[in-house]
Amino acid sequence: MSPVLNWVAALDWIPWLLGVPLVFALLAFQFGARLAERLVVPVFGLGLLAATGLALQVLREGPQQHALGGWGAPLGIELYADGLTALMLLMTAAIGLAVVFYSRAYFRDDGRATGFWPLTGFLIGAMNALYLSADLFNLYVTLELLGLAAVGLVALSSGSAALAAALRYLLAALLGSLLYLLGVALVYGAHGTLALAQLTGLLQPGPLAWLVIALMTLGLAIKTALFPLYFWLPPAHGGAPAPVSALLSALVIKASFYLLLRLWFELFAPAINLPAAQFIGLLGAGAILWGSWLALQQRELKMLVAYSTVAQVGYLFLLFPLASFAPGAEAAWNGGVYHALSHAFAKAAMFLVAGAMVFAAGHGEISRLGGIGQQLPLGIFTFALASVSLMGLPPSGGFVAKWLLLEAALASGQWWWILVMMLGGLLSAAYLFRVLRQAFLPTPEDASFRRPPAMLVGSAFLLSLVALGLGLWANGTLTLLRVGAPFAGVTP
Amino acid sequence: MSGGAWLPLLVLASSLVTGLVIFALPETSQRLRSSLNLAGALIKLGLVSVMLWGVYLGQQYEARYTLMPGIDFLLRADALAMLLVTLSAALWLFTTIYAIGYLEGSPHRSRFFGFFSLCVTATMGLALAGNLFTFFLFYELLTLSTYPLVVHRGSTQALRAGKLYLGYTLSGGAVLLVGIIWLHGLAGNVEFVHGGALADLDPALHGELIIIFILLIAGLGVKAALVPLHGWLPVAMVAPAPVSALLHAVAVVKAGAFGIVRVVYEVYGIEFAADLDLLLPLAVVASITILYGSLRALTQNDLKKRLAYSTVSQVSYIVLGTSLFGPIGTIGGLVHLVHQGIMKITLFFCAGNLAETLHIHRVSEMNGVGRRMPWTMTAFTIAAFGMIGVPPMAGFISKWYLGLGALNSGMDWVLLVLVASTLLNAAYFLPILHAAWFKPQQGPWPEERARGRLETSAWLLLPPLVTAALTLAVGLFAALAISPLEWARIITLREYVR
Repeated sequence: MSPVLNWVAALDWIPWLLGVPLVFALLAFQFGARLAERLVVPVFGLGLLAATGLALQVLREGPQQHALGGWGAPLGIELYADGLTALMLLMTAAIGLAVVFYSRAYFRDDGRATGFWPLTGFLIGAMNALYLSADLFNLYVTLELLGLAAVGLVALSSGSAALAAALRYLLAALLGSLLYLLGVALVYGAHGTLALAQLTGLLQPGPLAWLVIALMTLGLAIKTALFPLYFWLPPAHGGAPAPVSALLSALVIKASFYLLLRLWFELFAPAINLPAAQFIGLLGAGAILWGSWLALQQRELKMLVAYSTVAQVGYLFLLFPLASFAPGAEAAWNGGVYHALSHAFAKAAMFLVAGAMVFAAGHGEISRLGGIGQQLPLGIFTFALASVSLMGLPPSGGFVAKWLLLEAALASGQWWWILVMMLGGLLSAAYLFRVLRQAFLPTPEDASFRRPPAMLVGSAFLLSLVALGLGLWANGTLTLLRVGAPFAGVTP
Repeated sequence: MSGGAWLPLLVLASSLVTGLVIFALPETSQRLRSSLNLAGALIKLGLVSVMLWGVYLGQQYEARYTLMPGIDFLLRADALAMLLVTLSAALWLFTTIYAIGYLEGSPHRSRFFGFFSLCVTATMGLALAGNLFTFFLFYELLTLSTYPLVVHRGSTQALRAGKLYLGYTLSGGAVLLVGIIWLHGLAGNVEFVHGGALADLDPALHGELIIIFILLIAGLGVKAALVPLHGWLPVAMVAPAPVSALLHAVAVVKAGAFGIVRVVYEVYGIEFAADLDLLLPLAVVASITILYGSLRALTQNDLKKRLAYSTVSQVSYIVLGTSLFGPIGTIGGLVHLVHQGIMKITLFFCAGNLAETLHIHRVSEMNGVGRRMPWTMTAFTIAAFGMIGVPPMAGFISKWYLGLGALNSGMDWVLLVLVASTLLNAAYFLPILHAAWFKPQQGPWPEERARGRLETSAWLLLPPLVTAALTLAVGLFAALAISPLEWARIITLREYVR
């Protein structure tokens, strides 16, 4: 390996991942948008470098641990990073950087920038901290901070609709973290520790364990907008400014899903039973079908994309039943995480390009977007690439995810999930082609277009290329994911 | 990667890069676009010729890349692949020439030619695919890259056709994917090998293998337009003529038929498929499709629709040949893969010429058109006779081998199907020829457009004449070493001698 890579892999990146976004947020808050716009690219660039460095370390040396300030658990804060952490951090950093480029053009001479930059700094910092945390209480703190930053971002748009959406989001987020906190309290009462590593294997089947599982799962399911608890998501994601929608839909819901994943396969693992996993999967299936159906009904472009998130979240939850049998468990785990990753890139690209399309057309009504293909050829191409990944067609990250999930379903003989996934794929094609077909329609008589800044389409295009690339470099990504993974090596 | 890896990759790149560059070109740079298109097509044809010669000499061309643990992206130029690769490369050149003339002055040409090149790339890729996974990648890419071509005109009718097309093909793709993954779970990374790879599996798995076979054939059957999965094909003919020509001759329907050939011969193996009793049902489905397509073609007044139903029928000859156990039937099916392509592309070129020059779309408007456009109608006539199976045209060779193959494999009833189909072919083609050559013209043509000194633009006239000449040539010179028939013999030899 080259000396540069050696140098990158030798540094301790974990403190940078936590500190840099938070310092940036404080500076942006104190000194305003002008300074933030100047600082943000190097800051987020550094973030991507740090995430890459950590990923390299994990790949070479295995899971990394870091005691903050030299104080280990149980007194101090101990941080932990394995392959899954590294991938989530990379995803956050890469999408964050693209959104930054986009937002600099999008919020130019816009009063909302004043609030946008500090909140984004907090948001990214909170997410990084969440991915690195290894004890239940720190996870709660980061989850709460993340929720508040996200609500603040939704409230950036003026108008009563945005405010109502933000308020609803706030209530959902608070309810979710409250339920989670109750679970944490019960665990602490029973076992006297909150460090995940020390808790492993302690939770035994019984009423207490089931209550803990129910509370925490419900709380996190609300935050991930699992069917039927998605009520807060479409207005919040569809109504926010485009870069905010991208951050929320691509990244924020993944954080609570990540936490759920960790809990189910580490803390809850001894106490989980089959019906519980099947039930979660059933809700996932409901999300896929019902979310797609609602997406088909939408007239507004951004609302369609938001309901598509409701549907796509469903696939994530198919992981739980699919991973509950030994044959196929690893494929299910890989597939679920891969879906989270590729959905993040595809959905961020889609929301960003939707913002550019709305900017160009001056409205977001799907049926009046005819001719958008001539105005924004690269834009519609980006939308198409992102759609390919969301539909699970090759070559894309979405396809790899679908392949792995289907493989798990076949290996464990759970054919009913196969039907759900096939139907879900077709439904997603149905609603996404409602937008894509507009590219082939003639421009309406009364339409007037203006040219969006090049960066709006450009950054979205890059993200859609990553979604595509995840389908081509799956081998490397999956190798990283295997480091420290629960099923690695269990099944061939 | 060894030296032999670059050639298949370059074959793909020659159209992929062309397509991507064309997307970026402004609408107005027509000359540059046309030159690029022709250059790409010629380079591809050159590369394919080199590769064809190499494969003939027994050279190995293989490109492999591990995409996921246990799953390879694999391109491999074997004899069977070359059959479709060569056909597509040659017909892409002619279709490109034709399309340049056809689309002169119409809007969105960059988009059109860009997706056109992607479509050819997908066809090449699925022909060269060395395992089902790679095949599926290109199979779906083909779906996505043909959709913009089908809806190209942007009319309500075109968009409706596009919707139907997507509905059918994406559903078929989903079924195919489940079959592929299931098989992957049972047998691991199954590569295409002569004689198939599944015969040695545990007999307890045979039940599952039969279900997988049905899934695979159903998924592929959508594109191959097997009845009752054929509904999209007659509707998709609203696409511009060069698209229909390519779709019906090399791209979409061939992808399905070719996939069926691969699955039967190189995944299951013809002997193993016969052991599982899978061939007879396949032959029955193919026969029904042959007869049904011909019957529906009889009653169509719209010329392109009649040709489309004729495709439904003719493509199943390939499937029928595949399902006849024994080398002669195999040869018949394989050679028809090429013959049907050459003949059908000629017919669609000619239909496009009639529409573009005289605005003739219906059979009932064709009275006396032979005198107005003698060259076009001569090409049409040759191809139509070929379809009917008149010796010494291409179609005769196909039917001869299919008939012999049916007798050899003990499925005598297939002969009846062939005879009935031939009669029906004659019944829907001969009235067209009669009207064009022997009936007097009735009133003025619907809308005449002068296109140069010839009966129509030279760009439009040359391709059908060449392909019509090929239709004759592959029949007349079937015994030569370079004919499709000889090539089909080589493949068959490799399939049966393990």
